[in-house]
Amino acid sequence: MRTSMTRRAFLKGSLAAAGLTIGVSVTPFGHRLLNASEIDSFSPNVWFKITSENKVTIFIGNSEMGQGVLTAHSMIIADELEADWKQVQVRQAPARDEYKSPILGVQITVGSASVRGFYEPLRKVGAAGRAMLIKAAAETWKVPEDECKASLGTVKHEKSKRTLTYGQLCLKAAKLQVPQDPPLKKESEFRYIGKPMPRVDVPEKVSGKAVFGLDVTVKDLHYAVIARPPAYGAKPISYDEKGAKQIKGVEKVVPVPMGIAVCAKSIDAALKGRDALKMSWDKGALPDMDNAYIEKSLLEDLNKPLKSVVNTGDAKKAISEADKKIEATYYVPCVAHATMEPMNCTADVRNDQCEVWAPTQSQTVSQMVASQVSGLPKEKVNVYTSFMGCGLGRRARPDFVAEAVMISKALGKPVKVFWTREEDIKYDAFRAPASHRIEAGLDAKGQLIGWSHKLVSVSLLKDINPAAIKEGIDFYCLWGLADAPNSPMWNNRIQYEIPNLSIEFLISPLPMPVAPWRAVQNGPNAFVIESFIDELAHAAGKDPLEFRLQNLKNNMRARRVLETVAEKAGWGKPIPKGEGRGIAQHACFGSYVAQVAEISVNKKDGTIKVHRIVAAVDCGPVINPDPLVAQIEGGVIISLGTALKEEVKFANGGVKSANFDDYHVIRMSEVPEIQVHIVKSNEKIGGIGEVGVPPAAPAVANAFFNATGVRIRRLPLSPKTVMEAMKKV
Amino acid sequence: MISLHVNGKVFQVDVSSDTPLLWVLRDHLNLKGTKYSCGIGECGSCTVHVDGKAVRSCTISVGEVQRKKIITIEGLPENHPVKKAWVKEQVVQCGYCQPGVIMQVAALLSQRPTLDADQIITKMDDVICRCGTYPRIKRGIKTAIQMTKKEVKKS
Repeated sequence: MRTSMTRRAFLKGSLAAAGLTIGVSVTPFGHRLLNASEIDSFSPNVWFKITSENKVTIFIGNSEMGQGVLTAHSMIIADELEADWKQVQVRQAPARDEYKSPILGVQITVGSASVRGFYEPLRKVGAAGRAMLIKAAAETWKVPEDECKASLGTVKHEKSKRTLTYGQLCLKAAKLQVPQDPPLKKESEFRYIGKPMPRVDVPEKVSGKAVFGLDVTVKDLHYAVIARPPAYGAKPISYDEKGAKQIKGVEKVVPVPMGIAVCAKSIDAALKGRDALKMSWDKGALPDMDNAYIEKSLLEDLNKPLKSVVNTGDAKKAISEADKKIEATYYVPCVAHATMEPMNCTADVRNDQCEVWAPTQSQTVSQMVASQVSGLPKEKVNVYTSFMGCGLGRRARPDFVAEAVMISKALGKPVKVFWTREEDIKYDAFRAPASHRIEAGLDAKGQLIGWSHKLVSVSLLKDINPAAIKEGIDFYCLWGLADAPNSPMWNNRIQYEIPNLSIEFLISPLPMPVAPWRAVQNGPNAFVIESFIDELAHAAGKDPLEFRLQNLKNNMRARRVLETVAEKAGWGKPIPKGEGRGIAQHACFGSYVAQVAEISVNKKDGTIKVHRIVAAVDCGPVINPDPLVAQIEGGVIISLGTALKEEVKFANGGVKSANFDDYHVIRMSEVPEIQVHIVKSNEKIGGIGEVGVPPAAPAVANAFFNATGVRIRRLPLSPKTVMEAMKKV
Repeated sequence: MISLHVNGKVFQVDVSSDTPLLWVLRDHLNLKGTKYSCGIGECGSCTVHVDGKAVRSCTISVGEVQRKKIITIEGLPENHPVKKAWVKEQVVQCGYCQPGVIMQVAALLSQRPTLDADQIITKMDDVICRCGTYPRIKRGIKTAIQMTKKEVKKS
């Protein structure tokens, strides 16, 4: 399917003369609808085409990674187009500037931005098609347009009882001008939007036929694995090239910037060849670095001068004059993406062309990187997106694309770069580790009057977009607390009404690569903010729900998810002895989520059992409710991993964790009952892929406090951490 | 030459007998539905049936499975109750681990004496789904059991 679709097939399929094609040219500043005749034939930017066979093919530029974007985007277009879902087929589109996100400026699937970014443009795309088909029918019948109505892939003229199908009309419609501001449907007229539609990618995934990155095959494909340094900054001392070449099937050994690549006819031969290299390395840049070193470094840096990010009122004064003053230090470690499909990419670099097949979240960035590495102009680089075994943000980083292009170029053959699980974890770019110190003041009534927050983190933007770091401030590290003005991430800020607020920040010089990890730093920052809010509630002698509502007086959306989740979870009702209940809320990517966790603690071994998570979500209009619930369930579950188990282990200046036997993730028996309640909302549409993550970990930590009276200020709440914390009391 | 009996057909492959079954299925027999994820038998993405039992194809060599009947996700009929239940309950998200999950559930479902849904669920801790489809996997198991019962009644 998608991955085996060549550029020619795409052109042939999408720009065939016979049919109506509508494109939309999107830029960060807006979008413009285009007819096929306006589209450069070498740059197909179609969103859908209708052919005489009465088929509607929809092309989606965002990556399908299980969140259901192929279906959601197609539902939006098909609804406004008034297409019959039975005539719709969906294809993953290749990298093209025209698929760039209107709010992010590149073709990328991050920031829970696929639906919130494309909702309006795609409605217009569909509606424009509908208007053109109606006009074509009206002209055919020589009747006024307003007497014609589009319905399920046909246009009808009621008065004369005449009907034409979209297939019959498409050629005529294709010659018409594209209306720039076509009339949109009323909400009550929606046929697909808001209804539970089965996902289009499910059947092929169940059958085993879905093509993921590792499954892409091309003629004469070679496989490459790379021997990589065991510590950050380590340089090769020696390796046995001859030994590797003696392995049957090994063709070439290629030194690359990230190590030594072994190319072979099969994965098995490449792996055996790499073993035979018997690589030795020097000690690297920081041979003493381990987990204790990292934590100490981040905590010590809190005492350095930090950069001011937010400074409203006078936090220092308000806190010093407050009736109650509370201070706490928090720490969050590195966690790995550990996507089920390890990183890989297939590339075929020729003299005049470069083809890339990648399980990527970032098509146009991959294209740019492939262009730089191959030395070919961007127009000669085609990037095709396969299905991918989880995205989680890891696949927006184009390192694996660069490797495949580099090695294919050196070998002169198509190459699949393959990362083993061990490489995938050791050479991951992690969720950033960070330290926080917060001071806050309460007045005599227990009202929050001042908050001073210090945050030290390894920088995410240093790799992604260093130019976006202004005056030492990396907003990706701050999301959930603060964001840049006019950020396309919509409301990744602290929600509480704090009259005197100071937020300060410093980039840590630690060497590990870090990257967005589902919800980015909203996840760890929500753990810190919502745990500390819980501390304040107890200091104020107030119920944690009541305290939150009291400090969110004018924030109706945050209030509503809190009130909903409290009601659904039976907040305030007694719970069995030995159990604990905790609450947390967080807003990010334009949506609001609150969760209640119910847990119990085994005081003998320190294990926490999560019994139930209840979630309430306000994301504005809902496109497809079932995948929405699935995204919240998945977000909760991966967040429970960070709450209870996940922490990357470092040793000797490198990563010690290597596989699922020493990097522990959530498994079936640890999964609680999860209830998701969607709050009906007509607010601006928000994201959904990541927003389930942030409240789960603090809800669990707050439930732990409720059960034990012990506050744990670091992730994860592993048995070891729990036992140590309980001993101190 | 190694002789393998896969999905009802016999194949001859020119590999050494210590090659993991996973790579032979994927790269020699072009059965890409069976997935690599951990390579050490920890996650279950590579699960296939060997003589009716769920086996991790990443940690078993082709030499060990000669003359045994191997079934992969491609060989599990499309109307198998687990596959049908997985579509009905919309279990999958990214879908990468699911061929392994489906094969594990299918093997447990065919176990005699029969296991109920809760017993099957307790045997699912050795398959990992990073998307967190576990609640849907539970639902899928229950639906597959119901579908199996209905089929038995019909016949």
